[in-house]
Amino acid sequence: MNNIEEKVWEKVRLARHPKRPTASFLIKQLFPDFIELHGDRQFGDDTSLIGGLATFMGQSITVIAQEKGSTTDEKIARNFGMPHPEGYRKALRLMKQAEKFHRPIVFIIDTPGAYPGIGAEERGQAQAIAFNLFEMIAIQTPMIGIVLSEGGSGGALAIGVTDTLLMLENSVYSIISPEGFASILFKDSTKAKAAAALMKLTADDLLSFGIIDAIVPEAKGGFHEDIQFSLSQLRILLQKYLKQLFKLTPENLLKNREKKFRAFGVFEESKSEKNHGK
Amino acid sequence: MSDIFAKQKPKLRTFLKVAGKPIPKNQIDIPDGLFIECEQCHSAIYQKALVENLSVCPHCQFHFRLNAGDRIQLILDENSFSENNANLKSKNPLSMPEYDQKLAISKKSTGHSEAFISGRGSIQGFPIAIGVLDSFFMMGSMGSVVGEKITRLIEFASQEHLPLIIFSASGGARMQEGILSLMQMVKTSAALKKFDQIGGLFISVLTHPTTGGVAASYASLGDIIVAEHGALIGFAGARVIKQTIQQDLPEGFQTAAFQLKHGQVDLVVERKQLKQTLIHLLRFHGQKGEPSRE
Repeated sequence: MNNIEEKVWEKVRLARHPKRPTASFLIKQLFPDFIELHGDRQFGDDTSLIGGLATFMGQSITVIAQEKGSTTDEKIARNFGMPHPEGYRKALRLMKQAEKFHRPIVFIIDTPGAYPGIGAEERGQAQAIAFNLFEMIAIQTPMIGIVLSEGGSGGALAIGVTDTLLMLENSVYSIISPEGFASILFKDSTKAKAAAALMKLTADDLLSFGIIDAIVPEAKGGFHEDIQFSLSQLRILLQKYLKQLFKLTPENLLKNREKKFRAFGVFEESKSEKNHGK
Repeated sequence: MSDIFAKQKPKLRTFLKVAGKPIPKNQIDIPDGLFIECEQCHSAIYQKALVENLSVCPHCQFHFRLNAGDRIQLILDENSFSENNANLKSKNPLSMPEYDQKLAISKKSTGHSEAFISGRGSIQGFPIAIGVLDSFFMMGSMGSVVGEKITRLIEFASQEHLPLIIFSASGGARMQEGILSLMQMVKTSAALKKFDQIGGLFISVLTHPTTGGVAASYASLGDIIVAEHGALIGFAGARVIKQTIQQDLPEGFQTAAFQLKHGQVDLVVERKQLKQTLIHLLRFHGQKGEPSRE
């Protein structure tokens, strides 16, 4: 067991800490006048993905969040924060509503992943995620995301195509859970610690890739050790980045968003071969 | 120095021979005269008969996976394909162990530099932008290069006002490139948004298997979504779903027929009818698919 493995695993452990606040708590603290709006108007109301209206910096905003639940009963009621397609469709409905009424959107991303189940597949989980990616790139209102504990793959990305993305210091954002990664690559899910160290899933890693814009600091021992400390930091960062986004014209807002996502990827392009198709 | 040159010379000669020409027919890697066991009905099939039947089992219609070269050969007019962006190569941005070796093995076995082959071609005279994921190259997984090539193909189709047809076959986002692979889902979907806004036609053909991050991004965003008969299509893998819900999965779960029944695809087509179906669909989109005079 080496040093890096221990350091990264400590973050995974803190991200999953039973005392770590969940999205509902954050909403109460940051947006006390929040009113929840339910349903996707097509199938149902997904309890793992909540949305509604609130006031922040003296103006109306839309809030969309993944809620994992804290107690065992809550976790079950919230499906452990794993949305079905109707959750993603509700999110998109509320994004379109925010766009119509010129409200900025704050997303709280907190999910192990989109739910893998029969009903989810029958109702088009893949389509629901894909369609959100397709639509979010062109939503004409400022969007800012916060990764609270876990950003699990496509299930996080489906509400993650934002202009600005913040990550809590001890949160992780990855293509798959370390356990899943270990079982695919090492054929052994117990090697999650080693996998986590390889995956580059910490806030520092994502900052270095340019995928996130800033890290929200946490107290020593994690978010739950000094909740108000992180909340005040989060408030400052939200204000700072929202102000920056407000300064942009709608055209430039979209242009910057497109440019950011167009640039992701690391590869080699040899000049020696002719590109004969063009 | 002269040594390096001597080594490069045969490569250059091969390149000049291949450049601009269609990918040579690369049959399933089986020696001549052998019988193959069907994965579904376990009948012995004479290899030549299987090839003549477009790699579909003559007994039970099981569709064997096609590699990118065979797919292009099946769909496009002869000698009409010219490849784009073949010079993009994967790096190992996360320094993931064994990734370089896996890439090397796939390169060697498929003869391609990456899992996505794309370019311009024609189908019964209709010029199109075409892309094919090769499931024999690291399970057709989407990393930075595959995502970039798909995005460039969509942009190419926009610039050239061509209808776009992509054949997908993929296990999903490429694990070895971690979060960078995940971002390719946004990149490709965002490019399709622009293509959509200018009125471009995208026909997405889902072949066996189309799952994970590929199913949950560009592949599900076709104006028309065609599934090849028998293809496995879905978001989560069957094993993961089984583990999560602790139940057996219903018969035919996540097959093309299942997706048709649940409204996720427009039509399911057998391989033999695929080219004709695509021509039929292109005809309805006249002005952009104007057949070129041959």
